[in-house]
Amino acid sequence: MSSPSEIEAPERGISRRPVEITTALLLIGLAGVVLYDSHGRGAGWDGGPQNGFFPARVGWIFLAASLFILWQSFRRPDGVFVTYEQLRQVVRVLGPLILFVALIGPLGIYVASAVFIIAFMAVVGTSRWWSIGLTALLVPIACFWVFELQFRVPLPKGPLEAMLGY
Amino acid sequence: MDDLSSLIAGFQVALSWHNIGFMAVGVILGIIVGVLPGLGGPNGVAILLPLTFGMDPTSAIILLSSIYWGALFGGAITSILFNIPGEAWSVATTFDGYPMAVQGKAAEALTAAFTASFIGALSGVVLITFVAPLVAQFALRFGPAEFFAVFLLTFCSFIGMGRENRAKIIASLCIGFLLAAVGLDSISGDLRMTFGSTELMRGFDFLIVVIGLFGVSEILLTVEEGLVFKGKQAKIDLKVVLRTWAGLPRYWATLVRSAIVGMWMGVTPGGAIAASFMGYGLAKRFSKRGRNFGKGEIEGVLAPETAAHAAGTSALLPMLALGIPGSATAAVLLGGLLVWGLQPGPMLFVEQKDFVWGLIASMYLGNLAGLIIVLATVPLFAAIMRIPFSFVAPVILIVCAIGAYTISNSIFDIWLMLIFGVVGYVFKKLDYPLAPMILALVLGDRAEDAFRQALLGSGGSLSVFWANGLVGTLVVLALLLLCWGPAGDAIAALRGRGRQDPETAEATR
Repeated sequence: MSSPSEIEAPERGISRRPVEITTALLLIGLAGVVLYDSHGRGAGWDGGPQNGFFPARVGWIFLAASLFILWQSFRRPDGVFVTYEQLRQVVRVLGPLILFVALIGPLGIYVASAVFIIAFMAVVGTSRWWSIGLTALLVPIACFWVFELQFRVPLPKGPLEAMLGY
Repeated sequence: MDDLSSLIAGFQVALSWHNIGFMAVGVILGIIVGVLPGLGGPNGVAILLPLTFGMDPTSAIILLSSIYWGALFGGAITSILFNIPGEAWSVATTFDGYPMAVQGKAAEALTAAFTASFIGALSGVVLITFVAPLVAQFALRFGPAEFFAVFLLTFCSFIGMGRENRAKIIASLCIGFLLAAVGLDSISGDLRMTFGSTELMRGFDFLIVVIGLFGVSEILLTVEEGLVFKGKQAKIDLKVVLRTWAGLPRYWATLVRSAIVGMWMGVTPGGAIAASFMGYGLAKRFSKRGRNFGKGEIEGVLAPETAAHAAGTSALLPMLALGIPGSATAAVLLGGLLVWGLQPGPMLFVEQKDFVWGLIASMYLGNLAGLIIVLATVPLFAAIMRIPFSFVAPVILIVCAIGAYTISNSIFDIWLMLIFGVVGYVFKKLDYPLAPMILALVLGDRAEDAFRQALLGSGGSLSVFWANGLVGTLVVLALLLLCWGPAGDAIAALRGRGRQDPETAEATR
C-alpha cells in the first residue's frame, strides 16, 4: 500500500523495478531448483505417485506464475521501492538484530539481549544513557524470570549464567 | 436441540474460574499484541503457542483464541487514535475513525468500533454454533478426493477473491506448498529438497515462518516511517458509551449487511481484510449519508469493523468443521491443534465434543469479556503506543527470537526467522500477499496426502475429481471462484470506470 507522500515527493531511493525483477528471477531460480530436485527423485508414477509428484506439479505452476510476474514487472510503471532515508532506518534495526542473533550462540540469549538493546538504542540515539542501561538490565532479567523461572522453558545460556549457577 | 445441550455443556467447561482467567489474560495480551506494531494476531499466537504445549488443550485454545479476539479489538484502537492500522483488516476503519478522532469524537468512534466488532463477532459465533456441526456431519462422508476438492476450493477462492496481483497470490501459495514439502515425506519416508542439509531435514516449521513474516518484517516496515507515533487522546466514560449505543439502532441495516458480508467472506477464505473493505464500500453506496464517508461518519466505522470481525470469527468455522482455516491466525490455531494431538476436521465434533463446544462457548464469553475489558482500558493501551518505539522494538524482537527458539530449541531457527523477516519485508513492499503462503504451508502436507491418496484410489486417473456429484460440485465451485475475480475485473472494465467515483474505487480496492 503506497502512501501518497511517496508519490508526491520525488525522494531518492532504490527504484522498484530492479527489485521486482530480482525477486522474480530468484523465484524462477527457486522453481528451477524444486523441479530439478523433484524430477531427480522421480515425479512420475511408480505403483502410485512418487514423492516428487506433487512438488513437481506445484513447481511447474510456480514457474509459470514467476515468469508472468517477471513479464509484468517490465510493463508496470516504475516507482520507488524504498527511499535511502527509509533504508537507513531499516539498516539501523537490522544491523543490531543480526548482531543479536549471532551473539545468542556464544553468549546466551540473555546477555545477547542486553547487548542488542544497548546497540539498538545507541544507534537510534534518542534515549539518555541511563535509560538505555536500565532497559538493557531489566528486560533480560524480566525475560529470565518469565521463561526460566515461571514457564521453565530452557533458553540458550552462556558463560554468565553458568557462572551464576544456572 | 442436541447441539444446544452440547453448547450448555460447553459453557460449563468454559465457565470454570481457571478458564475465565485464561480468557481475561488472553484478551489483554491480545489487545497489547493488536496495538503494538510488529505483533499481530497470527504472530502473537505463534509466539505463545510453544508455551501452551504443556497445558490442557481446552484451556490452551481458550487462551489462544482469546488473544485472537483481543487482537481484533486492539487493531481498532491504533486505527482510530493513531491512523495506523494495527492489523490489515482495520485499514478501512481508519478512513472514518481517524477523522472522527481529529474532530474530538475519538471516544464515540472507539465505542462504535468495539460495539460493531462485538456484534460482528457474535454473528460469526452464532453461525459457527448452528452451521459448523452440520458441515462437520456432512463432511464425515468425505473421502480423500472430496477433501482435496475442499482444499482446492480454499486455494482457488484465495486467488479469485484476492485483491492483490493474482500471479503473486499464486506464487505465494506455491512457496507455501514447497516449504511444506521440504524434509521428511510422510508417505514414502524419503527426504525431499534438503540438499544434504541436516537442519532442513526437520522441514520448515510454520511458526518460524509466521514469526518472521508477520513479526520481524512488520517491525522493519514500521521503522521506515521513523520511530515516533503521534496520536490523539481518548478517554471513554459511561455516558459516551451509552449515548453511542442509543444511536446504534438507527444503523441496523448497515450492521446487518456488514455482518452478512463478513460471515460469507470469512467462511470462504476471502478473509477479514477483503470483508472490511467490502463492508465499507457497500455501506458507502447504500447509506443516505454516503457523501460524508471519509470525513468522520460513524457509519463508516461501524461497517468495516462489523464485517472484519464477522469474517475473523467465521474463519474458525471451516477450521473446526473441515480442518481448513479461513485466515492466517486460524491457520496458526490449527497448527496448535495438531501439536496438542487433536486432528482438526469433521471427526473433532464426534471425538472431542468437550473441546469443540468448550471452545465455541468460550467464543461467546471471550468476546463479551473483550468488549468490557477494551472499553474499560482504552487509555491504558493508548498509552502503550506513547512508549518510545526505541524501547518497544528491541523488546518485541527479543520476544520473537525467544518464540522462534522455543519451538524446537534450535538457534538455526532464529536465523531462519531473521531470513523470513527480510523476505517478508521485501514481499510486503512488492505486494506479495503473505496469508496464502502461511495457509499453504500449514495445509500443504495434508493437501498433498489427500491428492496422492485420491490418485492411488483411482490408479492415477484425474477423473476421480469428478467421479461423483459431491466432489464434482466442489471442483466446479472451486473453478467458479477461481474465475470470479478475473471475470469481475473484466465486467468492471467493460462497464467503464467513469461511473465509479474515484473515492469508492480507492475504498473498495
